[in-house]
Amino acid sequence: METNQYLDLFIDESSEHLQSINDRLLELEKSPEDTSIVGEIFRSAHTLKGMAATMGYEDLADLTHKMENVLDGVRNDKIQIDAEMLDIVFESVDHLEAMVLEISQGGTGERDIRRVVELLQAIELGDALDQRKKEQSLPADTTPFQENSVDEFTRTVLKQSKEQGLSNYHIIVSLREDCMLKAARVYMVFDVLEQMGEVILSTPPVEDLENEDFETDFQVLFVTEESREDIDAKIMKVSEVHSVHITEYKISETENKAQVPSAQIEKDDSSNENNGASSNSKQALNKTIRVNIDRLDVLMNLFEELVIDRGRLEQISNELQHSELQETVERMSRVSGDLQNIILNMRMVPIEQVFNRFPRMVRQLSRDLNKDIDLRIIGEETELDRTVIDEIGDPLVHLLRNAIDHGIESPNERKKNGKSGTGSIELKAYHSGNYVFIDITDDGGGINREKVLKKALDNQVVTSEQAEKLSEQEVYELIMASGFSTADTISDVSGRGVGLDVVKNTIESLGGTITINSQLGEGSNFSIQLPLTLSIISVMLVEVQKEKYAIPLSSIIETAIVKKEEILRAHNKEVIDFRGSVVPLVFLKDVLEVPIELEEDEYYSLVIVRKGNKMAGLVVDSFIGQQEVVLKSLGDYLSGVFAISGATILGDGQVALILDANALIK
Amino acid sequence: MGVESKSMKVIIFQLDREEYAIPVHQVGSIERIMHITRVPRTSSFVEGVINLRGIVTPIIDLRSRFGIETAPYSESTRIIIANIEEMDVGLIVDAANDVLDFEVEAIEPPPEVIDTMEAEYVKGVVKVEKRLFILLNLSKVLSTSEIKELEEIEG
Repeated sequence: METNQYLDLFIDESSEHLQSINDRLLELEKSPEDTSIVGEIFRSAHTLKGMAATMGYEDLADLTHKMENVLDGVRNDKIQIDAEMLDIVFESVDHLEAMVLEISQGGTGERDIRRVVELLQAIELGDALDQRKKEQSLPADTTPFQENSVDEFTRTVLKQSKEQGLSNYHIIVSLREDCMLKAARVYMVFDVLEQMGEVILSTPPVEDLENEDFETDFQVLFVTEESREDIDAKIMKVSEVHSVHITEYKISETENKAQVPSAQIEKDDSSNENNGASSNSKQALNKTIRVNIDRLDVLMNLFEELVIDRGRLEQISNELQHSELQETVERMSRVSGDLQNIILNMRMVPIEQVFNRFPRMVRQLSRDLNKDIDLRIIGEETELDRTVIDEIGDPLVHLLRNAIDHGIESPNERKKNGKSGTGSIELKAYHSGNYVFIDITDDGGGINREKVLKKALDNQVVTSEQAEKLSEQEVYELIMASGFSTADTISDVSGRGVGLDVVKNTIESLGGTITINSQLGEGSNFSIQLPLTLSIISVMLVEVQKEKYAIPLSSIIETAIVKKEEILRAHNKEVIDFRGSVVPLVFLKDVLEVPIELEEDEYYSLVIVRKGNKMAGLVVDSFIGQQEVVLKSLGDYLSGVFAISGATILGDGQVALILDANALIK
Repeated sequence: MGVESKSMKVIIFQLDREEYAIPVHQVGSIERIMHITRVPRTSSFVEGVINLRGIVTPIIDLRSRFGIETAPYSESTRIIIANIEEMDVGLIVDAANDVLDFEVEAIEPPPEVIDTMEAEYVKGVVKVEKRLFILLNLSKVLSTSEIKELEEIEG
């Protein structure tokens, strides 16, 4: 159980660090001269290595270590940043991600990483030669510590202390060979040192010293105000110390370049790492806790039960007309309404989670396709329900691939058309009302109406008579019909037959819609509208004969009651004139094959629903009212039932089906 | 395993005049008949869905699934909630009356009949004293591919 807890934490944190490495690498590619970014990557990699080693994932630790070495080279200006080098680092990150994924699925995190490790080593070695040259040019006595073992934090601390007028000493302490309690002596020496200043680094590391895992000598880097003589005298007071050798430690020139803006923070970090502790102390300051997502789901499920019972209580109290009961139920309803908001909010996750894998993807794709693409992401902090987040990734990937492959033209073609060689794609998320919008806009070639129509005719998606009548909007929607691909050549990237229809279906199954706008030669815009949450929705309850159905409020425009005489007939279809537009009627009792038990009224009760700019009037027998209901699935066995998007449990314990208005509008 | 290979516990239920058996580990619970919400445009034997303690559960009328004439529900009508291939499905039966232990060796292959289609969901028959039990293969009971075939032949 305990290791499991650590494992979850490990997986969470590793993923976070990998993500941050990914992000920073992309930043680094854009501004390679900014060494502070390398510092951040290095820090993430370092923490990751430490965690992996602690958890016993050797391959993971090993690969991270190799990557770290390369990064260190970069940081010290010994390795040049170029696309090839970044490719290899990206590849290593991919491997690391795969390993973490495998671990999270219960695997061992073992993986064949020899090739990447060799590549990394090749980079490292290529520059190790340079490194050796540089080292020769330095005075021999300055750095007994190996260049690699003095990391950036240490260097920064040393530099800072120098500026504050403190002295940096390199101290070599030798214990007597017959020393019995080496660890104890080491402890005493450290105790003495820490009274005078700060131990920055020790070789061998503190853990090894504590375990007596060394011969007789150990070295420390020490920052202090005290003079060399005082230190010498104080250490020598510790018994069984054979000798103390103190020299001043100088920071070499190359290291000075590796400056980090906020040295104070770095100092904290480095001391933490020296103690072998990770960033626990920092997390303690943060007033958040990690909660397993499963627990939130359980909470949500329990709350849903409560909402069902609330509906039932409301119904009972209305029937009983008992004032005290009604008051209590009302208060309970209010409280549970607040509770509902809080719980729903807790499940909201920033869409960043989905967006942050795109820069990598776009980079890779644009390299593969030899296109220059600038991806701009706006509004990644926009929050969405977790269930939506889980589902929306793939459709977005598909749309982005589509924009890169079909939308953005090749650099030559772009220049020919008087555009800049670099194509731009904008990914934007924002809230509006009860919806979240995600827009994908590219400045590519746009959608060619004629080309789409020709293809649609070839694939017999439309007839030629229909084609002439279609509006621009309707033509664009054709590209989301099954088996549609407008690229002239079928490429690896998109257009594999399973096209945008899958995207459309996924989005609709989430209760959302997608609209396309395009300007030939100037670009296209795909706009996705999604509900904020999927689990609790507002519906209008209606009766069709003796059966109850729920219609989501989001698709209802209004309700109306019309006399039979007002029904018009057009093309054998019954329609009404609704505020100046002709709206076809859909008789639910026929569509849903409801057994007829009631006499027909001389009035029709209508629920006017809409899908995009199309409308329909659903004919029902009576309206029951508006209610918040918990959306439940019909289960795998009954999935794909026509015009039914799910079910809900009403106050009386019965199941009511939720109508999918989209399916009822043609 | 040793015990299981020798005997198996089954729930016995009745449909018309015959007695059927399903392994007890596939049965979640047995419920009295309750309000069933019809789901439009589904196979004729899908009776609808019920609210099973907060979970919307599909219900199949076994009589119409097996092509037996339907009968009105009575006091003894039960819904057996069975777990089939990770789905919970309710089966309407005339009565659920017994739990028995079958000797595995006592299970005989289904009798050869001309209409092999029907035998698909029969795993075997077991004779205990003077009673004959039909052991069902539940995933075949649900399988819609066979039903589609049936519909095509009929239609």
